[in-house]
Amino acid sequence: MAITREEVRHIARLARIALSDSEVDSFGDQIGKLLDYTKQLDRLDTNAVAPTIHLADTGTLLRDDIVCPFEDTEAILKSATDRAGDFFRVPRILE
Amino acid sequence: MSNTNIHEWTLLEAAQNIREGKVSSREVTKAILDRISELDPKINSYITVLPEDAMAAAAACDEEQAKGSPLGPLHGVPIGLKDLFCTRGIRTTCGSRALAQFVPPYDAAVAEKVRSSGAVLLGKHNMDEFAMGASTESSWFGPTRNPWKLSCIPGGSSGGTAAAVAASLCFAGVGTDTGGSIRQPASFCGVVGMKPTYGRVSRHGIVALAASLDQAGPLTRSVADAAALLEVIAGHDRRDSTSVNLPVPDYLSATKKPVTGMRIGLPKEYFEIEGLDSGVKAAMERVLKSLTEQGASVVEVSLPHTGYAPSVYCLIASAEASTNVARYDGVRYGFRAEGDQGFAEMMSKTRAELFGEEVKRRIMIGTYALSAEHYDALYVKAQKVRTLIRRDFEEAFQKADVLLTPTTPVTAFPPGEKTKDPLTMYLVEALTMPCNLAGIPGISVPCGFSEEGLPVGAQLLAGSFREETMFAAAGAIERAIPSPRVMPALRVD
Repeated sequence: MAITREEVRHIARLARIALSDSEVDSFGDQIGKLLDYTKQLDRLDTNAVAPTIHLADTGTLLRDDIVCPFEDTEAILKSATDRAGDFFRVPRILE
Repeated sequence: MSNTNIHEWTLLEAAQNIREGKVSSREVTKAILDRISELDPKINSYITVLPEDAMAAAAACDEEQAKGSPLGPLHGVPIGLKDLFCTRGIRTTCGSRALAQFVPPYDAAVAEKVRSSGAVLLGKHNMDEFAMGASTESSWFGPTRNPWKLSCIPGGSSGGTAAAVAASLCFAGVGTDTGGSIRQPASFCGVVGMKPTYGRVSRHGIVALAASLDQAGPLTRSVADAAALLEVIAGHDRRDSTSVNLPVPDYLSATKKPVTGMRIGLPKEYFEIEGLDSGVKAAMERVLKSLTEQGASVVEVSLPHTGYAPSVYCLIASAEASTNVARYDGVRYGFRAEGDQGFAEMMSKTRAELFGEEVKRRIMIGTYALSAEHYDALYVKAQKVRTLIRRDFEEAFQKADVLLTPTTPVTAFPPGEKTKDPLTMYLVEALTMPCNLAGIPGISVPCGFSEEGLPVGAQLLAGSFREETMFAAAGAIERAIPSPRVMPALRVD
Protein backbone atom coordinates (compact mmCIF):
# COMPACT_ATOMS: atom_id res chain seq x y z
CA MET A 1 0.00 0.00 0.00
CA ALA A 2 1.55 3.23 -1.08
CA ILE A 3 1.43 5.97 1.48
CA THR A 4 1.91 9.48 0.15
CA ARG A 5 4.36 11.96 1.64
CA GLU A 6 1.39 14.19 2.46
CA GLU A 7 -0.21 11.34 4.46
CA VAL A 8 3.07 10.81 6.33
CA ARG A 9 3.15 14.50 7.24
CA HIS A 10 -0.50 14.35 8.34
CA ILE A 11 0.16 11.34 10.62
CA ALA A 12 3.26 13.03 12.04
CA ARG A 13 1.15 16.09 12.86
CA LEU A 14 -1.43 13.91 14.63
CA ALA A 15 1.35 12.15 16.55
CA ARG A 16 3.07 15.48 17.38
CA ILE A 17 6.45 14.51 15.97
CA ALA A 18 8.40 16.98 13.85
CA LEU A 19 9.94 14.95 10.99
CA SER A 20 12.75 16.00 8.69
CA ASP A 21 12.23 15.63 4.92
CA SER A 22 14.49 12.60 4.83
CA GLU A 23 12.51 11.00 7.68
CA VAL A 24 9.28 11.65 5.78
CA ASP A 25 10.80 9.74 2.84
CA SER A 26 12.22 6.82 4.80
CA PHE A 27 9.21 6.38 7.08
CA GLY A 28 6.92 6.64 4.06
CA ASP A 29 8.73 3.75 2.38
CA GLN A 30 8.98 1.60 5.50
CA ILE A 31 5.41 2.15 6.64
CA GLY A 32 4.20 1.44 3.12
CA LYS A 33 6.06 -1.89 3.16
CA LEU A 34 4.69 -2.87 6.57
CA LEU A 35 1.16 -1.95 5.54
CA ASP A 36 1.59 -3.99 2.36
CA TYR A 37 2.58 -6.95 4.51
CA THR A 38 -0.45 -6.56 6.79
CA LYS A 39 -2.70 -6.69 3.69
CA GLN A 40 -2.53 -10.47 4.18
CA LEU A 41 -5.22 -10.05 6.84
CA ASP A 42 -7.73 -9.14 4.10
CA ARG A 43 -7.58 -12.74 2.91
CA LEU A 44 -9.51 -13.76 6.03
CA ASP A 45 -13.27 -13.39 6.21
CA THR A 46 -13.87 -11.94 9.67
CA ASN A 47 -17.43 -10.65 9.24
CA ALA A 48 -18.75 -13.05 11.88
CA VAL A 49 -15.77 -12.71 14.23
CA ALA A 50 -15.87 -10.51 17.33
CA PRO A 51 -12.77 -8.41 17.97
CA THR A 52 -10.64 -9.28 21.01
CA ILE A 53 -10.94 -6.32 23.34
CA HIS A 54 -10.38 -8.11 26.64
CA LEU A 55 -8.29 -11.21 27.27
CA ALA A 56 -9.87 -12.03 30.61
CA ASP A 57 -13.45 -13.29 30.67
CA THR A 58 -14.16 -10.85 33.47
CA GLY A 59 -14.33 -7.80 31.17
CA THR A 60 -13.78 -4.43 32.75
CA LEU A 61 -13.43 -4.60 36.53
CA LEU A 62 -14.73 -1.66 38.48
CA ARG A 63 -13.60 -0.41 41.83
CA ASP A 64 -14.82 2.30 44.14
CA ASP A 65 -13.57 5.74 43.24
CA ILE A 66 -11.78 6.62 46.46
CA VAL A 67 -9.42 9.55 46.81
CA CYS A 68 -6.03 8.39 48.10
CA PRO A 69 -3.76 11.29 49.01
CA PHE A 70 -0.20 11.10 47.65
CA GLU A 71 2.04 12.89 50.11
CA ASP A 72 5.23 13.33 48.13
CA THR A 73 4.15 15.99 45.61
CA GLU A 74 7.72 17.21 45.42
CA ALA A 75 8.89 13.83 44.06
CA ILE A 76 6.44 14.18 41.16
CA LEU A 77 7.35 17.80 40.45
CA LYS A 78 11.04 16.94 40.39
CA SER A 79 10.53 15.58 36.88
CA ALA A 80 8.83 18.78 35.68
CA THR A 81 10.63 20.56 32.86
CA ASP A 82 9.22 23.84 34.14
CA ARG A 83 7.10 24.57 37.20
CA ALA A 84 5.30 27.33 39.02
CA GLY A 85 4.71 26.45 42.64
CA ASP A 86 2.93 23.09 42.71
CA PHE A 87 2.02 23.26 39.02
CA PHE A 88 3.63 22.08 35.80
CA ARG A 89 4.19 25.13 33.62
CA VAL A 90 3.66 24.78 29.86
CA PRO A 91 4.26 27.20 26.98
CA ARG A 92 1.40 29.35 25.70
CA ILE A 93 -1.41 27.15 24.38
CA LEU A 94 -3.72 29.82 22.90
CA GLU A 95 -2.28 32.42 20.57
CA MET B 1 33.22 -21.98 52.74
CA SER B 2 35.00 -20.92 49.59
CA ASN B 3 33.34 -17.88 48.16
CA THR B 4 35.16 -17.87 44.86
CA ASN B 5 32.25 -19.55 43.13
CA ILE B 6 29.40 -17.45 44.54
CA HIS B 7 28.37 -16.29 41.07
CA GLU B 8 27.85 -19.90 39.97
CA TRP B 9 25.04 -20.41 42.44
CA THR B 10 21.45 -20.41 41.31
CA LEU B 11 18.98 -17.99 42.85
CA LEU B 12 17.65 -20.69 45.18
CA GLU B 13 21.14 -21.84 46.21
CA ALA B 14 22.14 -18.26 47.04
CA ALA B 15 18.93 -17.82 49.07
CA GLN B 16 19.56 -21.07 50.93
CA ASN B 17 23.22 -20.35 51.67
CA ILE B 18 22.34 -16.93 53.04
CA ARG B 19 19.39 -18.24 55.08
CA GLU B 20 21.57 -20.98 56.59
CA GLY B 21 24.21 -18.41 57.55
CA LYS B 22 26.91 -20.00 55.38
CA VAL B 23 27.53 -16.64 53.80
CA SER B 24 26.31 -13.10 54.44
CA SER B 25 24.22 -11.05 52.06
CA ARG B 26 27.06 -8.51 52.08
CA GLU B 27 29.58 -11.10 50.87
CA VAL B 28 27.26 -12.29 48.12
CA THR B 29 26.29 -8.79 47.03
CA LYS B 30 29.93 -7.64 47.03
CA ALA B 31 30.95 -10.63 44.91
CA ILE B 32 28.34 -9.84 42.27
CA LEU B 33 29.06 -6.08 42.31
CA ASP B 34 32.75 -6.87 41.75
CA ARG B 35 31.81 -9.09 38.83
CA ILE B 36 29.68 -6.31 37.36
CA SER B 37 32.62 -3.87 37.58
CA GLU B 38 34.86 -6.39 35.89
CA LEU B 39 32.61 -7.68 33.10
CA ASP B 40 29.82 -5.24 32.44
CA PRO B 41 31.97 -2.69 30.59
CA LYS B 42 32.12 -5.37 27.87
CA ILE B 43 28.47 -6.46 28.02
CA ASN B 44 26.61 -3.24 28.96
CA SER B 45 23.75 -5.13 30.58
CA TYR B 46 23.06 -2.46 33.21
CA ILE B 47 21.85 1.10 32.66
CA THR B 48 22.13 1.87 36.37
CA VAL B 49 24.17 -0.03 38.97
CA LEU B 50 23.46 0.78 42.63
CA PRO B 51 26.58 -0.27 44.56
CA GLU B 52 25.94 1.87 47.67
CA ASP B 53 22.20 1.18 47.87
CA ALA B 54 22.77 -2.54 47.31
CA MET B 55 25.49 -2.82 49.98
CA ALA B 56 23.32 -0.85 52.43
CA ALA B 57 20.35 -3.13 51.71
CA ALA B 58 22.58 -6.20 52.11
CA ALA B 59 23.87 -4.91 55.46
CA ALA B 60 20.28 -4.33 56.59
CA CYS B 61 19.42 -7.91 55.54
CA ASP B 62 22.32 -9.27 57.58
CA GLU B 63 21.24 -7.22 60.61
CA GLU B 64 17.64 -8.45 60.35
CA GLN B 65 18.85 -12.01 60.14
CA ALA B 66 21.14 -11.59 63.17
CA LYS B 67 18.13 -10.32 65.14
CA GLY B 68 16.20 -13.46 64.21
CA SER B 69 13.54 -11.57 62.22
CA PRO B 70 11.32 -13.60 59.83
CA LEU B 71 13.02 -13.81 56.43
CA GLY B 72 11.46 -13.48 52.98
CA PRO B 73 12.02 -16.21 50.37
CA LEU B 74 14.78 -14.24 48.59
CA HIS B 75 16.29 -12.72 51.73
CA GLY B 76 19.60 -11.03 50.97
CA VAL B 77 19.89 -12.24 47.37
CA PRO B 78 20.96 -9.60 44.82
CA ILE B 79 18.85 -9.39 41.68
CA GLY B 80 18.13 -6.86 38.93
CA LEU B 81 15.10 -5.38 37.20
CA LYS B 82 14.59 -4.34 33.60
CA ASP B 83 14.71 -0.56 33.56
CA LEU B 84 10.98 -0.15 32.93
CA PHE B 85 9.79 -1.11 36.40
CA CYS B 86 9.31 2.12 38.31
CA THR B 87 11.58 2.20 41.35
CA ARG B 88 10.96 4.88 43.95
CA GLY B 89 13.87 7.30 44.11
CA ILE B 90 15.85 5.36 41.48
CA ARG B 91 16.02 6.62 37.90
CA THR B 92 13.85 4.57 35.52
CA THR B 93 14.78 5.26 31.90
CA CYS B 94 13.03 2.60 29.79
CA GLY B 95 16.16 2.76 27.62
CA SER B 96 15.06 6.15 26.29
CA ARG B 97 16.39 9.67 26.26
CA ALA B 98 12.79 10.66 27.06
CA LEU B 99 13.13 9.25 30.58
CA ALA B 100 16.88 9.63 31.06
CA GLN B 101 16.24 11.92 34.02
CA PHE B 102 12.98 10.44 35.31
CA VAL B 103 12.98 9.46 38.99
CA PRO B 104 9.66 7.75 39.81
CA PRO B 105 7.85 8.82 42.97
CA TYR B 106 6.59 5.26 43.60
CA ASP B 107 7.50 1.56 43.17
CA ALA B 108 5.97 -0.72 40.54
CA ALA B 109 4.04 -3.66 42.02
CA VAL B 110 6.86 -5.97 40.86
CA ALA B 111 9.46 -3.79 42.59
CA GLU B 112 7.41 -3.78 45.81
CA LYS B 113 7.08 -7.55 45.73
CA VAL B 114 10.75 -8.11 44.98
CA ARG B 115 11.73 -5.81 47.85
CA SER B 116 9.33 -7.47 50.29
CA SER B 117 10.73 -10.89 49.36
CA GLY B 118 13.97 -9.67 50.92
CA ALA B 119 15.91 -9.44 47.64
CA VAL B 120 18.61 -6.79 47.23
CA LEU B 121 18.24 -4.57 44.14
CA LEU B 122 21.58 -4.41 42.29
CA GLY B 123 20.45 -2.11 39.52
CA LYS B 124 18.38 -1.61 36.42
CA HIS B 125 18.93 -3.57 33.22
CA ASN B 126 19.43 -2.29 29.70
CA MET B 127 16.68 -2.71 27.11
CA ASP B 128 15.46 -1.60 23.70
CA GLU B 129 14.06 1.93 23.84
CA PHE B 130 10.54 1.70 25.32
CA ALA B 131 10.84 -2.09 24.86
CA MET B 132 10.32 -1.59 21.12
CA GLY B 133 12.75 -4.02 19.58
CA ALA B 134 14.11 -7.53 19.78
CA SER B 135 17.86 -6.90 19.89
CA THR B 136 18.66 -4.31 22.63
CA GLU B 137 20.39 -2.24 19.95
CA SER B 138 18.02 0.72 20.22
CA SER B 139 18.80 1.68 23.83
CA TRP B 140 19.76 5.34 24.30
CA PHE B 141 22.41 3.94 26.68
CA GLY B 142 24.14 1.87 24.01
CA PRO B 143 23.62 -1.72 22.88
CA THR B 144 23.96 -4.78 25.12
CA ARG B 145 26.22 -7.57 23.86
CA ASN B 146 25.61 -11.30 24.07
CA PRO B 147 27.90 -12.81 26.74
CA TRP B 148 28.18 -16.04 24.72
CA LYS B 149 29.59 -14.11 21.79
CA LEU B 150 30.20 -10.40 22.22
CA SER B 151 29.87 -9.72 18.51
CA CYS B 152 26.23 -10.86 18.63
CA ILE B 153 23.09 -9.23 19.97
CA PRO B 154 21.54 -10.68 23.15
CA GLY B 155 18.01 -10.47 21.78
CA GLY B 156 15.48 -8.10 23.27
CA SER B 157 13.81 -6.14 24.46
CA SER B 158 14.81 -7.62 27.86
CA GLY B 159 18.32 -8.18 26.46
CA GLY B 160 20.09 -6.51 29.38
CA THR B 161 18.34 -8.79 31.86
CA ALA B 162 19.04 -11.94 29.83
CA ALA B 163 22.71 -11.02 29.36
CA ALA B 164 23.15 -10.11 33.04
CA VAL B 165 21.61 -13.39 34.18
CA ALA B 166 23.68 -15.40 31.67
CA ALA B 167 26.95 -13.75 32.73
CA SER B 168 26.09 -14.11 36.44
CA LEU B 169 25.89 -10.36 36.98
CA CYS B 170 22.80 -11.05 39.15
CA PHE B 171 21.09 -14.21 40.40
CA ALA B 172 17.90 -13.44 38.51
CA GLY B 173 16.05 -10.59 36.87
CA VAL B 174 12.52 -9.57 36.03
CA GLY B 175 11.76 -8.54 32.46
CA THR B 176 8.64 -7.91 30.41
CA ASP B 177 7.33 -9.75 27.37
CA THR B 178 5.04 -8.09 24.82
CA GLY B 179 5.79 -10.19 21.72
CA GLY B 180 8.61 -12.37 23.02
CA SER B 181 10.77 -9.85 24.87
CA ILE B 182 11.55 -12.27 27.73
CA ARG B 183 11.61 -15.61 25.89
CA GLN B 184 13.55 -14.52 22.80
CA PRO B 185 16.54 -12.96 24.68
CA ALA B 186 16.45 -15.87 27.15
CA SER B 187 16.83 -18.20 24.17
CA PHE B 188 19.67 -16.15 22.64
CA CYS B 189 21.52 -15.95 25.99
CA GLY B 190 21.00 -19.54 27.16
CA VAL B 191 18.86 -18.78 30.21
CA VAL B 192 15.31 -19.58 31.33
CA GLY B 193 12.75 -16.88 30.52
CA MET B 194 9.10 -17.09 31.32
CA LYS B 195 6.03 -15.05 30.34
CA PRO B 196 3.09 -15.70 32.67
CA THR B 197 -0.59 -15.69 31.68
CA TYR B 198 -1.87 -12.18 31.00
CA GLY B 199 -3.20 -10.89 34.34
CA ARG B 200 -1.00 -13.15 36.50
CA VAL B 201 1.51 -10.41 37.42
CA SER B 202 0.43 -6.83 38.11
CA ARG B 203 1.40 -4.26 35.46
CA HIS B 204 1.09 -1.39 37.97
CA GLY B 205 4.15 0.81 37.60
CA ILE B 206 5.48 -0.79 34.43
CA VAL B 207 6.24 1.77 31.74
CA ALA B 208 3.69 0.44 29.25
CA LEU B 209 4.48 -0.65 25.71
CA ALA B 210 1.24 -2.39 24.66
CA ALA B 211 -1.19 -2.69 27.53
CA SER B 212 -3.13 -5.69 26.19
CA LEU B 213 0.06 -7.70 25.53
CA ASP B 214 2.59 -6.72 28.25
CA GLN B 215 3.34 -9.18 31.04
CA ALA B 216 6.24 -9.25 33.51
CA GLY B 217 8.13 -12.45 34.19
CA PRO B 218 11.37 -13.99 35.49
CA LEU B 219 14.71 -14.58 33.74
CA THR B 220 16.88 -17.07 35.62
CA ARG B 221 19.55 -19.75 35.29
CA SER B 222 17.26 -22.61 36.28
CA VAL B 223 13.62 -23.64 35.88
CA ALA B 224 13.21 -23.89 39.67
CA ASP B 225 14.52 -20.33 40.03
CA ALA B 226 11.94 -19.09 37.52
CA ALA B 227 9.17 -20.84 39.43
CA ALA B 228 10.35 -19.40 42.75
CA LEU B 229 10.62 -15.88 41.36
CA LEU B 230 7.19 -16.11 39.73
CA GLU B 231 5.74 -17.05 43.12
CA VAL B 232 7.23 -13.81 44.47
CA ILE B 233 5.95 -11.46 41.75
CA ALA B 234 2.55 -13.05 40.91
CA GLY B 235 -0.71 -12.16 42.57
CA HIS B 236 -3.75 -9.93 42.45
CA ASP B 237 -3.38 -6.16 42.53
CA ARG B 238 -6.38 -3.81 42.56
CA ARG B 239 -4.27 -1.09 40.96
CA ASP B 240 -4.14 -3.07 37.68
CA SER B 241 -7.69 -3.63 36.41
CA THR B 242 -6.52 -6.57 34.28
CA SER B 243 -4.87 -8.32 37.24
CA VAL B 244 -6.64 -11.59 37.94
CA ASN B 245 -7.79 -12.57 41.43
CA LEU B 246 -6.61 -16.18 41.61
CA PRO B 247 -4.44 -17.80 44.29
CA VAL B 248 -0.72 -18.21 43.44
CA PRO B 249 0.05 -21.95 43.21
CA ASP B 250 3.19 -23.72 44.41
CA TYR B 251 5.08 -23.37 41.12
CA LEU B 252 8.31 -24.69 42.61
CA SER B 253 6.80 -28.11 43.38
CA ALA B 254 5.36 -28.21 39.87
CA THR B 255 8.88 -28.14 38.37
CA LYS B 256 9.62 -31.53 39.96
CA LYS B 257 6.47 -33.31 38.80
CA PRO B 258 6.84 -36.17 36.31
CA VAL B 259 5.62 -35.75 32.74
CA THR B 260 4.31 -39.30 32.44
CA GLY B 261 1.21 -39.24 30.27
CA MET B 262 1.60 -35.57 29.40
CA ARG B 263 0.48 -34.81 25.84
CA ILE B 264 3.10 -32.70 24.03
CA GLY B 265 1.62 -30.90 21.03
CA LEU B 266 3.81 -30.00 18.07
CA PRO B 267 2.24 -27.11 16.12
CA LYS B 268 3.21 -27.96 12.57
CA GLU B 269 3.19 -24.33 11.38
CA TYR B 270 5.96 -23.50 13.87
CA PHE B 271 8.26 -26.11 12.35
CA GLU B 272 7.45 -25.07 8.77
CA ILE B 273 8.60 -21.48 9.35
CA GLU B 274 10.94 -20.06 6.72
CA GLY B 275 14.59 -19.90 7.74
CA LEU B 276 14.43 -22.46 10.58
CA ASP B 277 18.07 -23.09 11.48
CA SER B 278 19.26 -26.71 11.23
CA GLY B 279 20.90 -26.52 14.66
CA VAL B 280 17.63 -25.32 16.18
CA LYS B 281 15.75 -28.15 14.48
CA ALA B 282 18.22 -30.76 15.75
CA ALA B 283 17.92 -29.36 19.28
CA MET B 284 14.13 -29.67 19.09
CA GLU B 285 14.45 -33.32 18.13
CA ARG B 286 16.64 -33.94 21.19
CA VAL B 287 14.10 -32.21 23.42
CA LEU B 288 11.24 -34.24 22.03
CA LYS B 289 13.17 -37.48 22.48
CA SER B 290 13.96 -36.61 26.10
CA LEU B 291 10.31 -35.87 26.88
CA THR B 292 9.03 -39.09 25.30
CA GLU B 293 11.70 -41.06 27.14
CA GLN B 294 10.25 -39.62 30.35
CA GLY B 295 6.79 -40.90 29.46
CA ALA B 296 5.19 -38.01 27.57
CA SER B 297 3.26 -38.63 24.37
CA VAL B 298 3.45 -36.60 21.18
CA VAL B 299 0.57 -35.25 19.12
CA GLU B 300 0.69 -33.03 16.06
CA VAL B 301 -1.55 -29.97 16.26
CA SER B 302 -2.32 -27.14 13.89
CA LEU B 303 -2.50 -23.43 14.62
CA PRO B 304 -3.64 -22.33 11.17
CA HIS B 305 -3.53 -18.56 11.78
CA THR B 306 0.10 -18.53 12.97
CA GLY B 307 1.31 -16.82 9.81
CA TYR B 308 -0.96 -13.83 10.48
CA ALA B 309 0.45 -13.16 13.94
CA PRO B 310 3.22 -10.71 12.89
CA SER B 311 0.68 -8.54 11.01
CA VAL B 312 -1.78 -8.58 13.90
CA TYR B 313 1.02 -7.88 16.36
CA CYS B 314 2.48 -5.05 14.30
CA LEU B 315 -0.86 -3.25 14.13
CA ILE B 316 -2.09 -3.84 17.71
CA ALA B 317 1.25 -3.33 19.45
CA SER B 318 2.00 -0.16 17.45
CA ALA B 319 -1.48 1.25 18.06
CA GLU B 320 -1.25 0.68 21.80
CA ALA B 321 2.35 1.93 21.92
CA SER B 322 1.49 5.14 20.09
CA THR B 323 -1.13 5.98 22.71
CA ASN B 324 1.11 4.96 25.63
CA VAL B 325 4.00 7.21 24.62
CA ALA B 326 1.68 10.16 23.99
CA ARG B 327 2.38 11.23 27.59
CA TYR B 328 6.02 12.13 26.80
CA ASP B 329 5.15 15.67 25.87
CA GLY B 330 7.98 17.76 27.27
CA VAL B 331 6.06 18.67 30.43
CA ARG B 332 6.19 15.96 33.08
CA TYR B 333 9.22 13.75 32.47
CA GLY B 334 12.29 15.90 32.59
CA PHE B 335 13.10 16.86 29.00
CA ARG B 336 11.94 19.72 26.79
CA ALA B 337 13.37 20.89 23.46
CA GLU B 338 14.95 24.34 23.53
CA GLY B 339 13.40 27.36 21.86
CA ASP B 340 10.79 30.06 22.22
CA GLN B 341 7.66 28.38 20.94
CA GLY B 342 3.99 27.56 21.49
CA PHE B 343 2.80 24.35 23.13
CA ALA B 344 2.16 22.26 20.00
CA GLU B 345 5.48 23.20 18.45
CA MET B 346 7.35 22.52 21.70
CA MET B 347 5.72 19.08 21.91
CA SER B 348 6.53 18.15 18.29
CA LYS B 349 10.14 19.29 18.59
CA THR B 350 10.61 17.62 21.98
CA ARG B 351 9.27 14.30 20.70
CA ALA B 352 11.39 14.54 17.54
CA GLU B 353 14.51 14.91 19.71
CA LEU B 354 13.47 12.41 22.39
CA PHE B 355 12.56 9.35 20.40
CA GLY B 356 14.79 7.01 18.40
CA GLU B 357 13.95 5.78 14.92
CA GLU B 358 12.14 2.56 15.90
CA VAL B 359 9.95 4.38 18.42
CA LYS B 360 9.02 7.04 15.86
CA ARG B 361 8.24 4.37 13.27
CA ARG B 362 5.92 2.51 15.63
CA ILE B 363 4.19 5.72 16.73
CA MET B 364 3.60 6.52 13.06
CA ILE B 365 2.20 3.07 12.22
CA GLY B 366 0.06 3.04 15.35
CA THR B 367 -1.30 6.53 14.74
CA TYR B 368 -2.08 5.56 11.14
CA ALA B 369 -3.90 2.37 12.22
CA LEU B 370 -5.95 4.31 14.78
CA SER B 371 -6.78 7.27 12.52
CA ALA B 372 -10.44 7.65 11.61
CA GLU B 373 -9.91 6.67 7.96
CA HIS B 374 -8.12 3.38 8.70
CA TYR B 375 -9.40 2.33 12.14
CA ASP B 376 -11.83 -0.39 10.94
CA ALA B 377 -9.73 -1.71 8.09
CA LEU B 378 -6.55 -2.00 10.16
CA TYR B 379 -7.01 -1.89 13.94
CA VAL B 380 -10.40 -3.58 14.25
CA LYS B 381 -9.45 -6.11 11.56
CA ALA B 382 -6.33 -6.99 13.57
CA GLN B 383 -8.39 -7.43 16.73
CA LYS B 384 -10.71 -9.81 14.87
CA VAL B 385 -7.84 -11.93 13.58
CA ARG B 386 -6.50 -11.90 17.14
CA THR B 387 -9.72 -13.71 18.11
CA LEU B 388 -8.98 -16.37 15.46
CA ILE B 389 -5.45 -16.82 16.83
CA ARG B 390 -6.85 -17.29 20.35
CA ARG B 391 -9.34 -19.88 19.07
CA ASP B 392 -6.51 -21.81 17.38
CA PHE B 393 -4.87 -22.24 20.78
CA GLU B 394 -8.13 -23.17 22.52
CA GLU B 395 -8.60 -25.97 20.00
CA ALA B 396 -4.98 -27.13 20.22
CA PHE B 397 -5.23 -27.38 24.01
CA GLN B 398 -8.13 -29.81 23.62
CA LYS B 399 -5.60 -32.26 22.19
CA ALA B 400 -2.40 -31.31 24.00
CA ASP B 401 -1.40 -30.27 27.53
CA VAL B 402 1.55 -28.18 26.40
CA LEU B 403 2.92 -27.15 23.02
CA LEU B 404 6.61 -27.50 22.18
CA THR B 405 8.22 -25.18 19.60
CA PRO B 406 11.54 -23.49 18.99
CA THR B 407 11.60 -20.13 20.80
CA THR B 408 13.17 -18.51 17.76
CA PRO B 409 13.86 -19.87 14.28
CA VAL B 410 17.52 -18.78 14.55
CA THR B 411 20.22 -18.28 17.18
CA ALA B 412 21.82 -14.93 18.12
CA PHE B 413 23.13 -12.86 15.19
CA PRO B 414 25.38 -9.83 14.70
CA PRO B 415 23.97 -6.32 15.24
CA GLY B 416 22.43 -4.59 12.24
CA GLU B 417 22.03 -7.84 10.34
CA LYS B 418 18.27 -8.12 10.78
CA THR B 419 17.38 -4.92 12.53
CA LYS B 420 17.89 -2.73 9.45
CA ASP B 421 14.67 -4.03 7.97
CA PRO B 422 11.74 -3.56 10.39
CA LEU B 423 9.76 -6.40 8.82
CA THR B 424 12.57 -8.96 9.20
CA MET B 425 12.90 -7.96 12.84
CA TYR B 426 9.20 -8.63 13.46
CA LEU B 427 9.68 -12.09 11.95
CA VAL B 428 12.41 -12.92 14.51
CA GLU B 429 9.58 -12.92 17.06
CA ALA B 430 7.13 -14.79 14.80
CA LEU B 431 7.09 -17.84 17.09
CA THR B 432 6.74 -15.91 20.34
CA MET B 433 4.11 -13.30 19.38
CA PRO B 434 1.05 -15.59 19.09
CA CYS B 435 1.36 -16.44 22.81
CA ASN B 436 1.00 -12.76 23.77
CA LEU B 437 -1.91 -12.27 21.38
CA ALA B 438 -3.69 -15.22 23.05
CA GLY B 439 -2.67 -14.16 26.57
CA ILE B 440 -1.38 -17.65 27.43
CA PRO B 441 1.83 -18.45 29.35
CA GLY B 442 5.09 -19.40 27.64
CA ILE B 443 8.61 -20.31 28.72
CA SER B 444 11.95 -20.64 26.96
CA VAL B 445 14.26 -23.33 28.33
CA PRO B 446 17.89 -23.76 27.21
CA CYS B 447 18.22 -26.99 25.23
CA GLY B 448 21.76 -27.11 23.89
CA PHE B 449 23.83 -25.25 21.36
CA SER B 450 24.03 -24.66 17.63
CA GLU B 451 27.06 -25.76 15.62
CA GLU B 452 28.48 -22.28 16.22
CA GLY B 453 28.23 -22.80 19.97
CA LEU B 454 25.34 -20.40 20.46
CA PRO B 455 22.48 -21.28 22.84
CA VAL B 456 19.18 -22.67 21.54
CA GLY B 457 15.90 -22.32 23.43
CA ALA B 458 12.88 -24.62 23.48
CA GLN B 459 9.56 -22.86 23.94
CA LEU B 460 6.68 -24.42 25.87
CA LEU B 461 3.19 -22.93 25.71
CA ALA B 462 0.24 -23.86 27.92
CA GLY B 463 -3.38 -22.83 28.35
CA SER B 464 -4.25 -19.78 30.45
CA PHE B 465 -3.22 -20.22 34.11
CA ARG B 466 -1.68 -23.65 33.36
CA GLU B 467 1.78 -22.49 34.39
CA GLU B 468 2.21 -25.59 36.58
CA THR B 469 1.92 -27.97 33.61
CA MET B 470 4.38 -25.84 31.71
CA PHE B 471 6.86 -25.83 34.61
CA ALA B 472 6.64 -29.63 34.87
CA ALA B 473 7.58 -30.00 31.19
CA ALA B 474 10.30 -27.34 31.53
CA GLY B 475 11.78 -29.16 34.52
CA ALA B 476 11.81 -32.41 32.55
CA ILE B 477 13.71 -30.76 29.66
CA GLU B 478 16.23 -29.25 32.06
CA ARG B 479 16.86 -32.58 33.83
CA ALA B 480 17.50 -34.30 30.49
CA ILE B 481 19.54 -31.53 28.86
CA PRO B 482 21.32 -29.66 31.66
CA SER B 483 22.80 -26.31 30.68
CA PRO B 484 26.37 -25.53 31.64
CA ARG B 485 26.65 -24.08 35.12
CA VAL B 486 29.09 -21.35 34.24
CA MET B 487 29.55 -19.19 31.21
CA PRO B 488 32.66 -19.88 29.20
CA ALA B 489 35.13 -17.01 29.11
CA LEU B 490 33.51 -14.17 27.20
CA ARG B 491 34.12 -14.79 23.53
CA VAL B 492 35.26 -11.76 21.61
CA ASP B 493 35.36 -13.11 18.03
